Amino acid sequence: MTSVDRSPRAGDGVASPARGSTPSPPVAQAGGPRRSRRRHDGWWPVLFVLPTMVGVVVFYLWPIVQTGYFSFTEWGAFGGQTWVGTENYVRLANDPDLGTAVVNTLVYTAIVLLGIPIAMVVASLLSRPGMRFTAFYRVLFFMPYVAMPTAVAMVWRLIFNGDFGILNWLLGLVGIDGPAWTSTPGFALVAVSVVGLWTSLGFAVIILSAGLRNIPPELYEAASLDGATAWRQFRSVTVPLLTPSVFFVTVITVINGFQLFDLLYALMGQANPAIQQTQSLVYLFYNEAFLRNDKGFAAAIAMVILLIVGAVTLLQFRMQRRWVTYA
Amino acid sequence: MKHLLRSASLAGVAAVALTLSACGGGDDAADDGAAVAPTDAQAEITYAIWDENQKPAIDQNIKDFNEKYPGIKVTVDLTPYQQYFTKLQTQGESRTLPDVFWMNGPNVQLYAANDLLEPITGLVESGDVDPSKYPEALNELYSFDGAQYGVPKDFDTVALWYNTALFEQAGVDLPTDDWTWDDFTAAASTISDELADQGVYGVVTELNGGGQSSYYDTILQAGGHVISDDGKSSGYDDPASIEGLRLWADLVADGASPTVQQLSDTKPNVWFNSGKAAMFWSGNWSVAEMKDSPNKDDFGTVRLPEGPERRATVIHGLANVVAADSANKEAANAFLAYLGSEEAQRTQAEMGVANPAYTGTQQAFVDSVPSFGIDVFLESADEMSFPYPISQHTAAWNALENELLPQAFSGERPVEDVAQELADAMDAELAKE
Repeated sequence: MTSVDRSPRAGDGVASPARGSTPSPPVAQAGGPRRSRRRHDGWWPVLFVLPTMVGVVVFYLWPIVQTGYFSFTEWGAFGGQTWVGTENYVRLANDPDLGTAVVNTLVYTAIVLLGIPIAMVVASLLSRPGMRFTAFYRVLFFMPYVAMPTAVAMVWRLIFNGDFGILNWLLGLVGIDGPAWTSTPGFALVAVSVVGLWTSLGFAVIILSAGLRNIPPELYEAASLDGATAWRQFRSVTVPLLTPSVFFVTVITVINGFQLFDLLYALMGQANPAIQQTQSLVYLFYNEAFLRNDKGFAAAIAMVILLIVGAVTLLQFRMQRRWVTYA
Repeated sequence: MKHLLRSASLAGVAAVALTLSACGGGDDAADDGAAVAPTDAQAEITYAIWDENQKPAIDQNIKDFNEKYPGIKVTVDLTPYQQYFTKLQTQGESRTLPDVFWMNGPNVQLYAANDLLEPITGLVESGDVDPSKYPEALNELYSFDGAQYGVPKDFDTVALWYNTALFEQAGVDLPTDDWTWDDFTAAASTISDELADQGVYGVVTELNGGGQSSYYDTILQAGGHVISDDGKSSGYDDPASIEGLRLWADLVADGASPTVQQLSDTKPNVWFNSGKAAMFWSGNWSVAEMKDSPNKDDFGTVRLPEGPERRATVIHGLANVVAADSANKEAANAFLAYLGSEEAQRTQAEMGVANPAYTGTQQAFVDSVPSFGIDVFLESADEMSFPYPISQHTAAWNALENELLPQAFSGERPVEDVAQELADAMDAELAKE
């Protein structure tokens, strides 16, 4: 798994998230098949996808190319670049903050991923026959996901406040003297992760609920005719048929986890004494790009983030064959 | 009488504007800056500020301005200070700066050197702005390479705010103008011990968001310096500067001040405002907030305590500037000139939001909240003020201060080690300028 496969399938794997869980279409090979299809359809198909492609190229691909270029430059205070070669990357490799940021981002992502099993339990409860107010509960779980991260952070800051927060008041009732959650190194990362988990739970619940509904009831019927217990039904019918949804939620959660910024920034603030030990990769990027105004160096960080997210996503898609069952 | 004066000066402004547009065709040379718009001008301009407490007075300024210039619509763009210069730098990069905006000492040279600000030379020549009405130090602060780029708005010094009710509860004598560091630390320590069960601390100040109201002052009081006079080298490795930093580290270690973490969770102004801290080192910009505090009747101010070497406070002032790339430069200049006028600055003073820069209007500020005794800020400016430390790219080493100094104040690392590391890193930044 460690060696990167250069076959066309590998590239196809990266491109797939947008298509969700649909099976990958055959990759157009250079040569005959493509030319013959073109003769059939003419330029029409190209025209139809052109508007989207233009958007993707102008707003996604071109900026990535530009960022790649900028990562080899140094910026003046108000723009103007000079080519400095690989200096930014050398500096980044020797920057102790990079290691901290990578570890923090991984820890955050790991904690937020713990939300998926929780979401599975919640989704199963919500789809139990006879459960009342399911629509209400679903809205309740989904609300944090659609609320603005800044607004969410403002509320949690009040909860986490070391001297006057609700959390420490509750802990005080049972005799525990809680820390300043969002400004003590270590605790701060856990605090941010818990809020991240809480906000993303609703998304996972909705996707998994939909996945549960897609499981044909006949399968359970057949299973019970064969004498399968409820536990056996869950293990042999529910879990395998839910894996495509779990896979989708995992990929999205991991990508979102690697992009941790707004929640961290709003919850902690840039003057926080614990920010250096708690910063994520994207925070590191923001700090260099906009606070220190070192945009060339920041572009190098952005390229590293792109590589890491690309590699992790690729890995996930290659692993999926081992555990994801498509019905 | 006042009304007559107002319309007289109005006619004057209009006449000047007409003359200028008649001879210059409205297209002045770039180095002089553009002229002032005629009073019937139609334009929309943006005014960027960072202090929410000043918004009501600014709105009043705009209302008064619109009596003369009904066609110029001014939109206020309020961005909190922590993000203000981050945003401004991005706007500067894309040449989309607000038409008129607040500028401070640490940043003015950077913007002026990159030709992003409009010089006020033309306004001075036309008589729309008279620099002699503002403190000389402020005019100098906003001059770069022989041209002035900003019209001074206000100035601030730092004093010791105290809460009489908490002093009485703790049985400690009220602070006086003659206090020394020893009196101050003893009082802070006693109060936090006596009132510990209420969660009250002796003193609070900003320890991780700039040193203007804390370590910049104590460094000066100890005889140290933040930056050399020529702006080329750091003063953080000066033993006197280290002593100035240590005062705060000791207060935190003693429990007389909340920790850096606590001050990050709950800002110093909130501690003092809500009666949870007996003393507060802060500038006259806090008047606007504290006059609306539920504990306002207990608040007073005295001079900062005398350090081992001398009495001292840093002095700093804001200015209004016009963007060189403004599409409505003449309208922006008209607004700039108005904001610098005696009338506009008196309004700000009367509403108690800022200590105005215009000579003769400060008394209105002192009178706005008589119980606070805020003439102490003016006395401090006259008798014991030192310039705010800046260089051409101040923000670069300000970031280092915010990153490193909390480690000293929290007791995590010895003050000397942190100061030495900061001095080395700051020297490296200064060498790049």
